Amino acid sequence: MSDSLSAESVRITGHDGEEIEAYLARPSHPPSRGGVVVIHHMPGYDRGTKEIVRRFGELGYDAVCPNLYWREAPGADPADAAATARAGGGVPDERLVGDVGGAAGYLRSLPSSNGKVGVIGYCSGGRQSVLAACNLDLDAAVDCYGAFVTGTPPEGFPLQVTNLVEQLPSLRAPLLGLFGNEDSHPSPEQVDELDRILTEHGKPHEFHRYDDAGHAFFATDRPSYRVAAANDGWERIVEFYGKYLGG
Amino acid sequence: MCTYATVQTTLEGSAKGPEGSWFAVTDATVYFDHPVHALAEHTLNIDFADPAKGPGARVAVELTAAAARDLLSAIQEALDSAPAELTA
Repeated sequence: MSDSLSAESVRITGHDGEEIEAYLARPSHPPSRGGVVVIHHMPGYDRGTKEIVRRFGELGYDAVCPNLYWREAPGADPADAAATARAGGGVPDERLVGDVGGAAGYLRSLPSSNGKVGVIGYCSGGRQSVLAACNLDLDAAVDCYGAFVTGTPPEGFPLQVTNLVEQLPSLRAPLLGLFGNEDSHPSPEQVDELDRILTEHGKPHEFHRYDDAGHAFFATDRPSYRVAAANDGWERIVEFYGKYLGG
Repeated sequence: MCTYATVQTTLEGSAKGPEGSWFAVTDATVYFDHPVHALAEHTLNIDFADPAKGPGARVAVELTAAAARDLLSAIQEALDSAPAELTA
């Protein structure tokens, strides 16, 4: 299999028909392939996230990451853009769904698309991945340690984040969850709760939980990186997307 | 963890920012969450900014919790050491 790919910044149509920036990676093979929407973490549309997008390209998927902070800070340094978005209250859920929907539509419009699109998100993006899969027609969703899918967010702060418990019965795609047992947001108890709710509603899901790993264990440029958990997590993702996005 | 916790306040002062130029800061965002650069899983982060001048008009600091508490004490000590009529 060829490992050739191309990557570039593109413009896609996001929420409310607005044009936003996105980072796209496309492999040269196979000729017909699935797509992956990558949702960046709260620190933004940064180098680490773009490396993840390219990795999905190397794995044989068309992958795109919308810049969720483009509206607040077009062209800004990713850290400055993230700070601006945070100060402004964060990304509204409705807009997130619109942007991921636009990204999924973009992937399905590519001539190489087999029509199947998955979503994956890290950290705050983990919650947003589940949110997207509750509101959009997606074929597979991956939640990497997303906080406040269950559990109660802090009150009285400018970032208005709610949990997704009421939306979980609407989950439309199989969910792969990857969590660190030393994480506190989500805590192991909150992951248990998510597992229980999805089981009660008959939603297909597969969770893997790692000892000696906390939050952000995939982040290779942070002290939280845990090689064993990250390596196994990538294997689980490859297997999961192979099952639901292939063909 | 993503704490999402964010506290905002308005300020009056100046900061030395991008490319070494001074600018008036009008706002601070304070939060305890993932740092961008500091080698710690979580830090107390402060953005001194002038949003009217765009996202780049920002001075960011990321401090460990212990360092942030030390800084709080140092600021208090410095204020206390000055004549009261100057800091009223």
